[in-house]
Formats: sequence, structure tokens, C-alpha cells
Amino acid sequence: MTRDELRHKSRCARETRTAAGLRISVCLGSPCVATGAEAVLRALRESYGDRAIEVIGTGCMGPCSRGPLIRIEDRRGNRAAYYEKTTPATAMATVRAHLEGLNPDQGRLPADLPFLIRQQRVVLANSGICDPESLASSLENGGYAALLHAIEKMAPEEVCHEISASGLRGRGGAGYPTGTKWELVRAAKSRRRYVVANGDEGDPGAFMDRTLMESDPHRLLEGMAIAAYAVGATQGFIYVRGEYPLAARRLRQAINEATRAGLLGPHILESGFSFTIRLRIGAGAFVCGEETALMASIMGRRGQPVIRPPYPAQRGLWNQSTLINNVETFGCIAPIISKGADWFKSIGVPGSSGTKVFSISGDVATVGVMEVPLGTPLRELVAMSGGISNGNFKAAQTGGASGGCIPASHLDTPMDYESLTSLGSIMGSGGLIIMNDRRCMADMARFFMRFCQDESCGKCVPCRAGTEQAAQLLRRITSGDATEDDLVKLEELCHLMGDASLCGLGMAAPTPVLGTLRWFRDEYQAHLRAGGCPTGVCDREKHPCHV
Amino acid sequence: MIPHQDYKTEADRHDAMEQILRQHRHSPDALIEVLHFAQENYGYLPRELLGRLAEQLKLPPSLVYGVASFYHGFRLEPRGRHHCTVCTGTSCHIKGGTALLAELERRFGISCGETAPDGSFSLDSVRCLGVCDLAPLAVLDDDIISAETIDALADKVCQCLAEKSSTGKSP
Repeated sequence: MTRDELRHKSRCARETRTAAGLRISVCLGSPCVATGAEAVLRALRESYGDRAIEVIGTGCMGPCSRGPLIRIEDRRGNRAAYYEKTTPATAMATVRAHLEGLNPDQGRLPADLPFLIRQQRVVLANSGICDPESLASSLENGGYAALLHAIEKMAPEEVCHEISASGLRGRGGAGYPTGTKWELVRAAKSRRRYVVANGDEGDPGAFMDRTLMESDPHRLLEGMAIAAYAVGATQGFIYVRGEYPLAARRLRQAINEATRAGLLGPHILESGFSFTIRLRIGAGAFVCGEETALMASIMGRRGQPVIRPPYPAQRGLWNQSTLINNVETFGCIAPIISKGADWFKSIGVPGSSGTKVFSISGDVATVGVMEVPLGTPLRELVAMSGGISNGNFKAAQTGGASGGCIPASHLDTPMDYESLTSLGSIMGSGGLIIMNDRRCMADMARFFMRFCQDESCGKCVPCRAGTEQAAQLLRRITSGDATEDDLVKLEELCHLMGDASLCGLGMAAPTPVLGTLRWFRDEYQAHLRAGGCPTGVCDREKHPCHV
Repeated sequence: MIPHQDYKTEADRHDAMEQILRQHRHSPDALIEVLHFAQENYGYLPRELLGRLAEQLKLPPSLVYGVASFYHGFRLEPRGRHHCTVCTGTSCHIKGGTALLAELERRFGISCGETAPDGSFSLDSVRCLGVCDLAPLAVLDDDIISAETIDALADKVCQCLAEKSSTGKSP
């Protein structure tokens, strides 16, 4: 594809769009597909898909627990109406009513639903808007315009500089400045360079990256291509979690389509820049989210971490300099290049610029994916998801198995990197589990420790043996057989694991325990005193079980 | 990657493996890709196959076995004709996913990770499928099953399994 063709295609696509009388979008994210969205799409396509009425399948619209979702827009520019929990029959009836000029109430989400209107979508700007299985649809929504801009108007070092200036920090968990990482890779002495997208979203309860990969795969490819142009890489890899077959399928399709169109491959957009992307599918190992383990897995080996330094920027895949960023981080790149670092920096709070995608689940009225400026208070996120279901707010778990919890007394905490760290938690990748007052925090800690025990790769002793011992202590505590002494041992063990483990998995494995101990020590002690669980959760689970 | 097909005979499967190896130019780096493909064709990773792959990729058999046994996603034993996976991610756990697993273990008389003696059914768990809005949930073959309570969900799993078994439909 030439540069003019890209411009022309984007323009044409926009014109066809405005010509359609009614546009019906059906959400085809995994949760909506699981509840029957494909049947809804098929029924609507069979009856309507002609010129006057456009019927498309899109990526995730956000409020997943209300799916299958459809959205109806008309060309008079009326606000889009969302309908929840549709079936082929209700969807057809709704569309018929719209065609008669009505605006049916049945199943319609309120126009002012906070979940929808209070988001600020940057990374997910096209999710739920464009068809993830069509390059044309991505182009229509501005896809690859930033890549064109970078190649045409910017030198590679200027791109690095722009990312540094934006203040973007890694969205995978640690929050390392992205621009700095890019400049390190660019400056590294290396024969070849690689760009890797980490889509091994292993934290239980996190599904932001799945959402982006399923909903707007071209956004990821574009971000990676811009990164490759900036650091001088020619080969990229996307590592997708094996549990995400739909994301893998759509990415594969997107890579093929972009390659056929000349947006990936040799001499991209008539430039001297060449870049190809290959897909790697994970095989179910949480530790592969750690960058050195991930690289080992890409090279076909056991996903066991190695000590850093050397960092991947110095010596990564096949001993060459390698840039690894999280999927969501790559999702931020195109908007920064298109709209500028200053614009990006104007969103969020000092030190944490831009937006963050959160997947909110647990005891909330609406489970789903939301994108808000960094620094938005936790209270606001809970309110946006419709409040707590079946009780009062007790705690929110952030950062998954490597994170801690936020108690009700800190509901007004702004969700930014530093504030969460000061509470003993981490931003993590963005999985947010909300718990009501019927949940037991010691059980929660035990759950995460069992998880880390299963997922420990076994290479270093503090993690391999430490998770096992800690899980046993937690079992004793939750079943009411422990003493105060066990609690002290548990704490000591946690500090030891944090200090002595080889990689992030072992170092962070004690965080959920220390976090719950910090805010809910009385609950642990109640288990010791009462010889059981005050909420009754642990008592119910006194069965032989593998979890 | 070659699209998934139902290979009828051992010879077909063998040819498909040869083709995927050629496609990856017998590169040892492609081991995980090749194992994924092999599992799709054979349903699991038989020992003899691992040995053969080691030879063809010029890798020590211990390394191939090491990789195959490291990842939870690779199976060294065949599954049952129907397979149920219970999600035990965080959201599912707090909503009873762990209790669901125990209930299914009780009803089917097998432990998580096991196959019924007659090979009709197997059960295991996964840490989060990322569809937390449906929590708690189980996946029977390719169908996601969800319900409000654990008992209702276990009933649904049994009912779906009975339907599948009576129609003789294999996944």
C-alpha cells in the first residue's frame, strides 16, 4: 500500500460510513460471544445487512456482564442507544422499532449510564466501534495514521523522544518509563533488535489486554510497528496467553491482512523501514509474564526466568537487544504520536500520565472493562460499575497475585502508581477485584498463595519452598488450627521470600498476604481466637480440594 | 499454521506433523509451536511422539519432555471424551468456583486432573479465562456454562453432559 492509498482508503471508508442509514453494532468480545452474540449478529445480518442498514460485529463495548450488547446509531447523529442481554428475537424487535422511528425502552441501557459515559477511552477508542476482523474498518477509524505520520514526518529518535516526553509508563505492572526503555534499546550495540508485545495476561481477574487484542488488534500492530521504527527493529513477536483463543485468531488475521496490505513486511509505506510480526501462543504458565521467562518461551524453552541484568534491552531474544512492552502500553503509542506528548500528559496526574484500562469484577453490579484517567479515585470506579452487590464495600484487590488490597478507609485513593505503592499494593496490569463484606481476607490471601505455589517455576528455593510453606501456614490459619506464633512465622517467611526470590513472581508472591495483614490483621486474629472464620467462608471450604 | 482437521488415520497425523515441521524448517526454536500443533492433532502428547519430535528437531529428549511437562497447557495423558474445566480465577473463587470444583469432584467421583476409568469424562481447573462477568463458570468441551448458584451450575454441567453423551456428539 502506498501512502496515498492509505489516505484514500481511510477517506473512502469514512464516506461509506456516513452513507449508511442505520448502523447496528453487535459486541463480539469473548463474554458476549459466550452468551450468544454470534446468533444475534447472524439474525440481524440475514434480515438487514444491506446498504441502508449496516450491521457489523465489533470488539468489546465495556459492560460485559450485560451482554450480549448491541448498539444502534442513526445518521441524523442521534446518540447511540445500547441494548443489553439481547437475543436474536429481542434484537430484531428493537431494530424494527428503530426503523419505525421509535426508541424502544426494552433492554435499553440508560443514556447516562456512568459505566459508559464517564470513561475516557484512548487505548480502547476503537474498541466496540470498529470491526476487529477488518483492516478497512480499522483504517476508517484512523488506524495506521500514526504510523504514516511517524514514517513520513519524524526521525526514529524523535519518536523515542516523543514517547519519553509523554510520561508514558509501562502498563504491565512495574510502571517503568516506556520512553527510557525505548532509548536504551535504540542505543544498545546489537546486530539485530526485536520488539515483543507481552500479551500473557496471567493475573486472575485481569482481562484488559484480552479486550484490546480481541477488539482492536490493528492498534497493537501499529504501536509495535512505530516502536520498531523508533528503535530500529525488524522482527516482532506477540506472545498471547493460550487461554485466549479468540484474541489469537483475530491477531493472526490482522497480521495477515496488514502484511498483505503492505502495512507490515518489507518497505512499509514506501519507506526503507521493514518489520514483520509473528504470533507466539503461550501454553499456560503464569511465570511467562515475567520478561526473561517470556523470552525463553518465545525461543521454545521452559519459561524459567534468569537473573537481570543483563536486561532484555542489552541482551534479550537470541542475545540481541529486545524491547518488551505490555499490550496496553503499545495501545497508547498511536494516540501519542497522532495527538502529541503534551496532549497525553494533560490526561491523568503528575507522575502518572494518560489513561488506564481496568477490568473490574467481583461484587459489583456491572462487571466489565473501563478506561479512565490515571489518578481517578477508586470510589469513582466502584460507582461507575454500579456500586457493590449484596453488601458493603470491604476491599479491592489490585495487581492480582502480585498486588495488595485497598480497604474501605482508603476508598478515595487515586488510582496512580505512587498512591497504590504507598498503600502496600501495586497498580499491576489493571485487574480490579471488588469484595463485599461477606468475603474473608485470609481466604483471599490463601487463594493467591496457592496460585503462586502452583505457578512457581521451581528454579529458586525461596519461591519454590516458600510458597509451599506459606500456603500451609495459611491453611492452618483459615482452618482455625494456628497459633499467634504461626502468624509471626508467616510474616517472617513473607519478608524472606520478598528479599531472596529470583524473579518478580516469588518477590511479589507475599504481597497479598502482607497487604491483607496490614489492613485486616484483626480478621486473621479472629481466625486464631475463634478457631474458625468470622465470615464463614473458610469453614465452608474445609473440603479436600486442589485450589 | 495448518487449520485444525480431523485426521482419520495415524498416517494422516504423521503427515500433518511432517508438514508443520517443514513449515518451521525443523528449527528447535519452534518446539512450543510444534507441541501445540501435535496436541491439537493427537489430543495429547504421547511419549513416543515426544521422542520422535526430539529427533526431528535435533534436541535432547529430556529437553522436549522438560518443556512439555513444564507448561500446564500441555497434556501428557489423554482426556476423556468430554472434558470439563472449572475456572478458579479470583472472581470465580470468591463466587464459589472452588466449591464448584469440589462439588463436581464429588458428583463424578474423580479428582481434578483425572479421567473417569471408562474414559467418558475428565475434569480439571484453569486460573481465569478472563470472562469474569460470568463467574462462577465451567467450560464443558467448548461451551461456557454459568449459573447463579453452585448447585444450579453443577446440575447444568451434568445435564449438558447427559445431552452430549446421549447424542453421541464428540467435541
